[in-house]
Amino acid sequence: MAELKVTAIKEGTVIDHIPAGKGLKVIRILKLDRLNGGALLLAANVHSKKLGKKDIVKIEGRFLSEEEVNKIALIAPSATVNIVRDYKVAEKFKVEIPGEISGILKCANPNCVSNHEYTTPKFYVISREPLKVRCHYCERTMEEEEILTNL
Amino acid sequence: MDWKNRDVISIRDFSREDIEFVLKTAERLERELKEKGHLDYATGKILATLFFEPSTRTRLSFESAMHRLGGSVIGFSEASSTSVRKGESLRDTIKTVEQYSDVIVIRHPKEGAARLAAEVADIPVINAGDGSNQHPTQTLLDLYTIKSAFGKIDGLRIGLLGDLKYGRTVHSLSEALTHYDVELYLISPELLRMPRHIVEELRERGIRVHETDDLEGVIGELDVLYATRIQKERFPDEQEYLKVKGSYVIDREVLKKAKETLKVMHPLPRVDEIHPSVDSSKHAIYFKQVFSGVPVRMALLGLTLGVL
Repeated sequence: MAELKVTAIKEGTVIDHIPAGKGLKVIRILKLDRLNGGALLLAANVHSKKLGKKDIVKIEGRFLSEEEVNKIALIAPSATVNIVRDYKVAEKFKVEIPGEISGILKCANPNCVSNHEYTTPKFYVISREPLKVRCHYCERTMEEEEILTNL
Repeated sequence: MDWKNRDVISIRDFSREDIEFVLKTAERLERELKEKGHLDYATGKILATLFFEPSTRTRLSFESAMHRLGGSVIGFSEASSTSVRKGESLRDTIKTVEQYSDVIVIRHPKEGAARLAAEVADIPVINAGDGSNQHPTQTLLDLYTIKSAFGKIDGLRIGLLGDLKYGRTVHSLSEALTHYDVELYLISPELLRMPRHIVEELRERGIRVHETDDLEGVIGELDVLYATRIQKERFPDEQEYLKVKGSYVIDREVLKKAKETLKVMHPLPRVDEIHPSVDSSKHAIYFKQVFSGVPVRMALLGLTLGVL
């Protein structure tokens, strides 16, 4: 079993079914590289029945906020989040791209007012596959590549 | 739909019913204005026009519209004479101006500025152009002009000519036309074609779209020809520009191939897209289009102020 290649955690979060190659990005976006205390484990390029290859991120002693789960959804829409308590999966859910994205994404348009004035950037998801969002302010659309560089 | 206090920011926020209601209200006000010469719906109300970027037509027609409704106007026509130069944020400017006025009209070089202003202000905000994004009152007056000329919009064949790539007015107009049963002819040089995502959206929403670079080949089909300015700076070299420019000039010769009833529109200012000899022909309605700006903006001011 793939999971056993990496140490099990007692309490924390396991983000599974991340598309291969996106695991590091997940760690960076969630700022897990600045984690204090608990262990952080990345399994990259692991065999997966669903995806062929996948990445897994395990975070000890930390649970994710809704905002963080939304961020993961943008990078890795296929991911599942497992909440682990006492070595057991206490809760498991698939991430879901929300209809509206607020606060976590910057607009790629340099002339957008949200990049110049005090605002909370906000986007409407107009397509999930392929991922496409529209800025609430300047109305420009951004596609996956632009979204990832502006998270 | 309750119009009092509503903001007018993007044509995307308008349903067909909203558009029709504005056009109907504008028609009514135009009629009343003709009968009475002066209206007093907005007596005691103050419009603030905040033009962070220069404009002739839009600012003057908003001011004219407010005066014709019996209201008064304050404002500025360039940011350099205001506290913005001292580094004041848009937020603070709006928060200040709303203490002095009942409705705000804003033109700003940043895209999304009008949306932000509307969020900050408690009074209604009308977008008079935010960077290259939206200019919804232009679109509404374009629709008003078409409707005044034909009595309808459904069933028309409409040609959009010139710079379809960067032209804000043609993007908004085509977006608004998706609410109607029209056929669109997109006529432009290869380099300035309508962006793919807009063409796709038009087709998805059931509009029949034809793309061509040949004006003379399609002019005979059209009921409306909406011309826009082709800007020199869009071309890599001047020769290329001159070649293209010449093939999109509307003159009496080209119009011989058109239907008797064809109407030619232009958001103005024009350079040489339409020869002045066309001005006196029955095809030209671009100055009528300028006039339409007043009743349409009267309607929007009156509706958002809640005084009609």
